[in-house]
Amino acid sequence: MLKIENLQARIEEKEILKGINLEIKPGEIHAIMGPNGSGKSTLASVLAGREDYEVTGGSVDFLGKDLLEMSPEDRAKEGLFLAFQYPVEIPGVSTTNFIKTAVNEKRKYLGQEPLDAAQFLKTMKEKMKLVEIDQSLLSRSLNEGFSGGEKKRNEIFQMAMLEPKLAILDETDSGLDIDALRIVANGVNQLRSKDNAFLVVTHYQRLLDYIVPDFVHVLYKGKIVRSGTKELALELEEKGYDFIKAELEKETV
Amino acid sequence: MQEENDDFLEQITSSEYKYGFVTDIEADEAPKGLSEDIVRFISAKKNEPEWMLEYRLKAYRQWLTMEEPTWPNVQYPAINFQDVIYYSAPKQKVAPNSLDEIDPELRKTFEKLGISLDEQKRISGVAVDAVIDSVSVATTFKEELSKVGVIFCSMSEAIQEHPELIKKYLGSVVPATDNFFSALNAAVFSDGSFCYIPKGVRCPMELSTYFRINAANTGQFERTLIVAEEGSYVSYLEGCTAPMRDENQLHAAVVEIVAMEKAEVKYSTVQNWYPGDKEGKGGIYNFVTKRGICAGDHSKISWTQVETGSSVTWKYPSVILKGDHSIGEFYSVAVTNNFQQADTGTKMVHIGKNTRSRIVSKGISAGKSQNSYRGLVSVAKNASNSRNFSQCDSLLLGDKCGAHTFPYIEVKNNTAIVEHEATTSKIGEDQIFYCNQRGIDTETAVALIINGFAKEVMNQLPMEFAVEAQKLLAISLEGSVG
Repeated sequence: MLKIENLQARIEEKEILKGINLEIKPGEIHAIMGPNGSGKSTLASVLAGREDYEVTGGSVDFLGKDLLEMSPEDRAKEGLFLAFQYPVEIPGVSTTNFIKTAVNEKRKYLGQEPLDAAQFLKTMKEKMKLVEIDQSLLSRSLNEGFSGGEKKRNEIFQMAMLEPKLAILDETDSGLDIDALRIVANGVNQLRSKDNAFLVVTHYQRLLDYIVPDFVHVLYKGKIVRSGTKELALELEEKGYDFIKAELEKETV
Repeated sequence: MQEENDDFLEQITSSEYKYGFVTDIEADEAPKGLSEDIVRFISAKKNEPEWMLEYRLKAYRQWLTMEEPTWPNVQYPAINFQDVIYYSAPKQKVAPNSLDEIDPELRKTFEKLGISLDEQKRISGVAVDAVIDSVSVATTFKEELSKVGVIFCSMSEAIQEHPELIKKYLGSVVPATDNFFSALNAAVFSDGSFCYIPKGVRCPMELSTYFRINAANTGQFERTLIVAEEGSYVSYLEGCTAPMRDENQLHAAVVEIVAMEKAEVKYSTVQNWYPGDKEGKGGIYNFVTKRGICAGDHSKISWTQVETGSSVTWKYPSVILKGDHSIGEFYSVAVTNNFQQADTGTKMVHIGKNTRSRIVSKGISAGKSQNSYRGLVSVAKNASNSRNFSQCDSLLLGDKCGAHTFPYIEVKNNTAIVEHEATTSKIGEDQIFYCNQRGIDTETAVALIINGFAKEVMNQLPMEFAVEAQKLLAISLEGSVG
């Protein structure tokens, strides 16, 4: 589904991604972990199409198409979703209105009829249950005055409504208490299928107890330096990122 | 990457003012300049009775003694009042008795503007008074309205057919002496609408006047008067467009509203005068005096305006709350782009007891424009238990525009409650990217955010016009985020 080859990117003259190679197949969950500054969020932003970052080399193939050539909105319509680490507020625009616009834009792109009010409401009610979000929150302005947990749940709600092929969760667990974490993870797990895939970017092992990954990659200084299964995450938790750094030093000697 | 972004934004349809065409039609015009002779010329052209001519002359002599005000937060080159034509009317072969007899060119003009002059097409069920330059060319549904006693006709016709009403109410809310431009208007006003709603009647349809400036070098001086007798109700809409020209044109209108006991008048404006080109050349000067008086107890006047056009907008639709328990409302969205300037707001004057006023002003600035809100809330000494709520929000698009707020609060009675809130914000890149990532392209995202910002005001517009107004907002701001 996603094939990243030798991806390099920088922001304002600073090189951040120095050659990422990664392949994700449908049905898989990949986790990316790494210390601060390793480039985790940069990778998520570059895949989503954030213009602040300049791609200086490499390629990304998404469902047979050149992802880097596409505008952010086209990438979204093709089925790429990013659950933001810090979701913004948009006053005056209700979540309901916002997501309805998004859903219908995607349907237009795919040559489908837009959902009418009744169909849309029905779909909304189903997905609301998934993340235990209630109506009152959705009729308010998008994310305005929402707590951290509410914002993250709203991200997952939007993901449920848009049914992406590849969902990137950018540190979705940051700022969440145990209960909120459980709700978010549960939402994600319910949305898993053999046709979609997830890229979970996280600092901590804890989220991976709930969203169990098929593959774990360690990102360090802009490159994936180790890949493994969920056991790798446990090892990191135990030994910290230092052990990776130490191993790398040994290898280069 | 940033340059690509900028190019892309510039390529986005530099929204062409699609009403900028000129109608090729013969016009009857006065020579340039203003003098007592011109005033007489205008009055004679309209076959006005002696008392009307006297009214004009008195106003003209008053105007000669007045000075143009300079306090607003706008700049424009000095207007040469002698270099303006004060009367221009499209020549019609005969005075049309029915809509079929209207010059086809004129009909086409209105069709292009999307205004239905065809009574058979009862799509919107809105009665329309169509005014081109100085003359009302058609008023629809007059007969139907007259069945319930509602008078809806051009001001010129009202002067002929209903002199007693005009004599009683014209100038009662905005006298000629009020200000420089109202004096000028009283001297040379061309045409406009007159609405009279009799006691207890709820006007069965929306009334609207559509103003279209066509001839070059002319000034437009409409005069509108709405009188709502006890217990009556009317919703009135005003729409305006003008052709694209290099020279500026002056539009100095006066609107007066009188609401008697328990009457309610809702006055909505969607103003889309030619705003000038991207370099700020040309465009209409929109200097308007609009005022309503809640003369009777429990009466209500609401002003709703969506101002997207004009090179310079200068107007303060106001309400004098004379009757006890009367209510005044002002809802406004003022958009300025490129080099436009706006100094607009309202005055709520609390005189009676237990009066209420509500002000919601949304200013959107883009390009290199300047947008100012100027409001006055005044509570007189004996106006006990007055209540006002004001909210002024500014949205800035880009970093070369300006938003300013000049609120004035004068309270002389200590039982008054006056609340004022203000916010200033901009559309962040993060917000746009968030929308992009959900599959919403930048233009749609900006329209979504702007409509969210202006929602409270847009909700006040009559349904038929709300959709058009929303589109207008989006079009006026195309390509302005970056």
